[in-house]
Amino acid sequence: MPKQILSFTVNGDKVDLLVPPYVTLLDALRDEAGLTGPKEGCGTGDCGACTVHLDGKPVASCLVLALQARGRSVRTIEGLGTATALHPLQDAFVRHGVPQCGFCIPGVLMAAAALLEEHAAPTEEQIRYGIAGNLCRCTGYTKMVAAITEAAGMIKKGAAR
Amino acid sequence: MRRFEMILPSSVDECVKALATHGAGAKTVAGGTDLLPQMKNGLVKPAVVVDLGGIAALKGVTNGAGLRVGACATARELELHPEVRKRYTALADGAALVGSVQVRNLATVGGNLCNAAPSADMAPPLMALEAEAVIAGPKGERRVPLSAFFTGVRQTVLGADELLVALVMPAPPVPPEAGLYVSGGSYIRHTPRRELDIAVVGVASQVTVQNGRCVKARIALASVAPTPVHATAAERALEGQPLTPERIEQAAGLAVEAAKPISDQRGSADFRRHLVRVLTRRTLTAALARARA
Ligand SMILES: Cc1cc2nc3c(=O)[nH]c(=O)nc-3n(C[C@H](O)[C@H](O)[C@H](O)COP(=O)(O)OP(=O)(O)OC[C@H]3O[C@@H](n4cnc5c(N)ncnc54)[C@H](O)[C@@H]3O)c2cc1C
Ligand code: FES
Ligand code: FES
Repeated sequence: MPKQILSFTVNGDKVDLLVPPYVTLLDALRDEAGLTGPKEGCGTGDCGACTVHLDGKPVASCLVLALQARGRSVRTIEGLGTATALHPLQDAFVRHGVPQCGFCIPGVLMAAAALLEEHAAPTEEQIRYGIAGNLCRCTGYTKMVAAITEAAGMIKKGAAR
Repeated sequence: MRRFEMILPSSVDECVKALATHGAGAKTVAGGTDLLPQMKNGLVKPAVVVDLGGIAALKGVTNGAGLRVGACATARELELHPEVRKRYTALADGAALVGSVQVRNLATVGGNLCNAAPSADMAPPLMALEAEAVIAGPKGERRVPLSAFFTGVRQTVLGADELLVALVMPAPPVPPEAGLYVSGGSYIRHTPRRELDIAVVGVASQVTVQNGRCVKARIALASVAPTPVHATAAERALEGQPLTPERIEQAAGLAVEAAKPISDQRGSADFRRHLVRVLTRRTLTAALARARA
């Protein structure tokens, strides 16, 4: 099967990758683009560990064929904040000690980032609905909800300044 | 996944041609949320996958005299669409229940219907709204009422060289333009978990009322037969009648007649029959309340 060129935008940069038609977006990002933030937990859409934004919307990248992303824009956890300038969500997750093993966290953060772009001040119900597609087998979800609530407040304050 | 070739058509015509060329060895992919798990575990082994994502004619929701929902409109789009939430509430209810937000941003209405699982959450609402399927094939376009679209578990009237293009449905009447007619709808499913679960039973109801009497009732059930089905006896029992709690209870009992459930790990046939009664009552009551709101 000949490889095909996948031209798309990844974390703001135009990227061309050579991929076989039968690989998922998740595999293309991890194996070809070297972005190992998104994880494969289940490969069937159930766990959310592979969550990335496709044209601004959170999707399970394990269910997207790589070539379906042609011409589109993808954002992974690597595009959320940097090591020196964390995104308010990342900052709040660190301060609340949310991650344990950390496997689910990139997916949770991308789901939460999408949620905050839609609801600047989400209710607890909205937060729980927004991350319902993300399984965490280590922690409870209590600290996540607290951290997301706090991050929403930080973003609001930052915007007001 | 087994290896396959991918075709990326940009029009319905190109897509139909590709399907006609490759026959049963080809599979279309929309959101991939049903197809990819099936391909990953080897249930489906297409030699060619045809991506519907590049075909503009399949996208979007258009609101006019009625509603036209492109086959590639996503569950998330329907869940959030202001007109769908206002007038086609049963569809908004069903769309909002599909998977998680990460799944709903991919999952299309066309995929939900063409995959033809008995539990598909967007099927009963669209049947209750009297939607028609617009189908494209080598001989042109044809229309099939959704109530005649499903032929068995994972089977539909679609030929291997055909494609679902859109769903079209009449607008449920709402005042003031419809005078004294009011219409409301609701879809409720029972699942042990609130999110990411499959309906043990799902029921959609749409009722139109004039001067306190029901002039039209449509009730459709999921997960109680090989295909989604209408509860015709219950519909008939309501039409022409005032929708009193007693009438609704009687219709809920009649809806059970339309159910031919099996027992499986999600629930026994008896439990499913019980759920049909309870959810028919609840959706009729909710539909009536929404009609009056
Ligand atoms: C984690 C998870 C949770 C889920 N939860 C639910 C749920 O709660 N309720 C529910 O109903 N479903 C659920 N699903 C199933 C699935 O998401 C839906 O059925 C979805 O709507 C399928 O749409 P799709 O675009 O992803 O279909 P695809 O996987 O792209 O396609 C499905 C099938 O339909 C065919 N097809 C697609 N579009 C067309 C077309 N236009 N014309 C002809 N054939 C076509 C494809 O060839 C394929 O055989 C879930 C899936 C996952 C992974
Ligand atoms: S790996 Fe994609 S949802 Fe689990
Ligand atoms: S921190 Fe380990 S799975 Fe969530």
